[in-house]
Amino acid sequence: MLGSGLLQGLAVTAKNFVGSFHDPKRLTTVEYPEKRTVLPEAYRNFPFLVSEKAEDPMGTLRCVACQICEKECPPQCIYIEKSKDKKPDATGKMQIYPAVFLIDSSVCMNCQICVEVCPFDAIKMDQVFEIATQERFHALLLDREQLAKPNSYFHSIRPSEAAEVDGRLAAERKVAEEKAKAAALAKAAAQAKPVAPKTEPAPGAASPKPQNPA
Amino acid sequence: MTTALLLLICLVTLGSAATAMLLRNLIHSVLLLIGSWIGVAIFYLSCGAEFVAFAQLLVYVGAVSMVVLFAVLLTRRSRTDVTVSADTVSRAWSAVMAGGAVLAVLLYGALMTTLPAASAHGPAAPVKQLGAELMGIHAASLLVIGMILTVATLGSVVIASEEPSGKKEDAP
Amino acid sequence: MMPSTPQDSLLERAPQLLRDLVTSHLPEPWRWFANSLIAMIVILAVFGLLFAALTLVERKVLGRVQNRPGPNRTGPFGLLQPIADGIKMLSKEDIVPRDADHILHFLAPVILLASTVMAFAVIPYGRHLVPVDLDAAVLYFFAVGATTELAVFMAGWSSHNKYSLLAAMRALAQLISYELPLLLSWVPVVMISGTLSTTGIVAAQSAWKWGWVPTWNVFTPWGFAGFAVFMVAALAESNRSPFDLPEAESELIAGHLTEYSGCKYVFFFMAEYFGMTALSGMAVTLFLGGWHAPLPSLEFIPSYAWFGAKLITLLVGFIWIRATFPRLRIDQLTRFAWKFLVPLALINLGTTAFWSLSFGWTGPLQLVRWAVAIVLVVVPFIVMGRRLSSGVAPRTYSYAT
Repeated sequence: MLGSGLLQGLAVTAKNFVGSFHDPKRLTTVEYPEKRTVLPEAYRNFPFLVSEKAEDPMGTLRCVACQICEKECPPQCIYIEKSKDKKPDATGKMQIYPAVFLIDSSVCMNCQICVEVCPFDAIKMDQVFEIATQERFHALLLDREQLAKPNSYFHSIRPSEAAEVDGRLAAERKVAEEKAKAAALAKAAAQAKPVAPKTEPAPGAASPKPQNPA
Repeated sequence: MTTALLLLICLVTLGSAATAMLLRNLIHSVLLLIGSWIGVAIFYLSCGAEFVAFAQLLVYVGAVSMVVLFAVLLTRRSRTDVTVSADTVSRAWSAVMAGGAVLAVLLYGALMTTLPAASAHGPAAPVKQLGAELMGIHAASLLVIGMILTVATLGSVVIASEEPSGKKEDAP
Repeated sequence: MMPSTPQDSLLERAPQLLRDLVTSHLPEPWRWFANSLIAMIVILAVFGLLFAALTLVERKVLGRVQNRPGPNRTGPFGLLQPIADGIKMLSKEDIVPRDADHILHFLAPVILLASTVMAFAVIPYGRHLVPVDLDAAVLYFFAVGATTELAVFMAGWSSHNKYSLLAAMRALAQLISYELPLLLSWVPVVMISGTLSTTGIVAAQSAWKWGWVPTWNVFTPWGFAGFAVFMVAALAESNRSPFDLPEAESELIAGHLTEYSGCKYVFFFMAEYFGMTALSGMAVTLFLGGWHAPLPSLEFIPSYAWFGAKLITLLVGFIWIRATFPRLRIDQLTRFAWKFLVPLALINLGTTAFWSLSFGWTGPLQLVRWAVAIVLVVVPFIVMGRRLSSGVAPRTYSYAT
């Protein structure tokens, strides 16, 4: 009958109107900026550099200026200058570090390729989107100091990924340590052995002299 | 007070009608004509004939004006076609003379007739009495008017929907 | 305004008393003039404020229906939003196209607003609150409403924009098509009430049957049908959704209003809302018993409060309808008006004639009278409703597989 559809439509809108006062499903607006929606963990925006310790961000950067991310970045928004000297990193090993690390966030297209290719888990995607500035060029060019954020921050925004990265790095370090220990033991054993039979020279068996390339 | 009001109404009505005849832009002329119809309605109101005044507004300003405007709009090929003026000076003068002759006859008739004295204040005929008379004494004239209107409408529809005679020969 | 009697309550007489406080010391002809002036100022102020409040209420209700809160930043709960809108509109530049007809372009919103406001003069807002008590008040109301169509044409023509003109023609087609059902729907009311005067029509709905059922016209079969037709035609006459083809943004930008900006656009907007309010006020007067209370025990609430409550109910109904229905196309509009509403309104006239001729039937014949009237209203509705949507088959969908 003419009009039955009209009345059904009116009933639907009335239900929506009345429901918007007591049912959260019927008033889904989040009143920004007083309230914010909880971002999912995989949400990504611009990159940031991970440093191991919060007290010494520049000294404990994981980045070793290998420049892989600079070469892989599609819009080429990363600019890296290697340092001339080496500094001890978080594990104490002497590493070169990036003297200049610039990301032009007005060019960055948030594709995450730099994160995917970094062998050192040094660059990760941040979730901050409120970086609007008053001028177009200098203020959006982020330098090393602005990009370096501690590992604790990484844990706070991406807990599962950070835990996985930390686990992997710890495992790698453990393997490296074991290897170093085994190598040190072998070296110690190799050094201890030639001390004893130094009195009776064997006929060219354990001679450390390099042979002619033959 | 009432004489001044009457003079004002006459000035507005006749003035807008005269200006409508003199202007070159057709749409402006139509709108001034509508103004003169509103003046006539106000005149009816000042005489106490409320029903007739509102019927005048409803019919003339609400409907006849629409007819005239649509006719002007739909028959003008371009905006510049909307201006009208006399073709020659002699034609303009003949128009003035013909109009003047009609005006003279009307004025003579109006001034020479003896009208009855003005009735007391209040509506000259209440609406109920008007309705009763229309349906009673004047029912026949009402029916005849209705019939004429129907015939005119049907006739205009028939004329408008006729095929122009030349077009049928163009079909291959 | 009619003089109040001493047995009315204080609240009822309050507007009269306030007005007499101001004007009672003036001599007689000046007192009438001052009274009329005060009536005009009060009407403009009250309905102007109602217009402002209505824009906000509409946006909030529309928002809530669409699962969002509506404006809530300007002031608490967005209450200062109309003021912000007003300031924005008034501070906009008034652009008139170079080739536009400047006189007509200026006059169109003026005439529209003037004739819409003139319609407020004959609506009885309370027991003693009619600004002008005319003998042919209902005819005056609709005669003045017919003048608004002229302003629409002037707006479209004077803009020197062929799309504006086209849209003005479409708007005029809509207005003229729906004027006929609008006028035909209140003829039954006048037939039964025996008078064209709005105060007389309200007085004819003043009784209560069996002590508690009000004898409003909407509670009779012909009155219900007339009310429905009147409401639909009022929606179309005030260019209100779902008949807002003339002013929709997707239809030739803004139709006949394209070349208007700033204050003139506000006038068009205001005229639409005033038209809506005036037609709702007339619907309350003709069909919903005017300023009468629904139960005799509730008569202590002043009459203008009842009128206001009914008016606001109708306006909220308008907003509810806007939130629900999609827009009608021009051919759907005109077909609906000419092929459905006009025949229905004419049949309603016949039903009312039967009702008024069977006035003397009492006892069990009353049931027969009601049954016949209901059948005469419902059957044409169903039959013509079926014919309206005939030829429209259920949709078949074919998918690319």
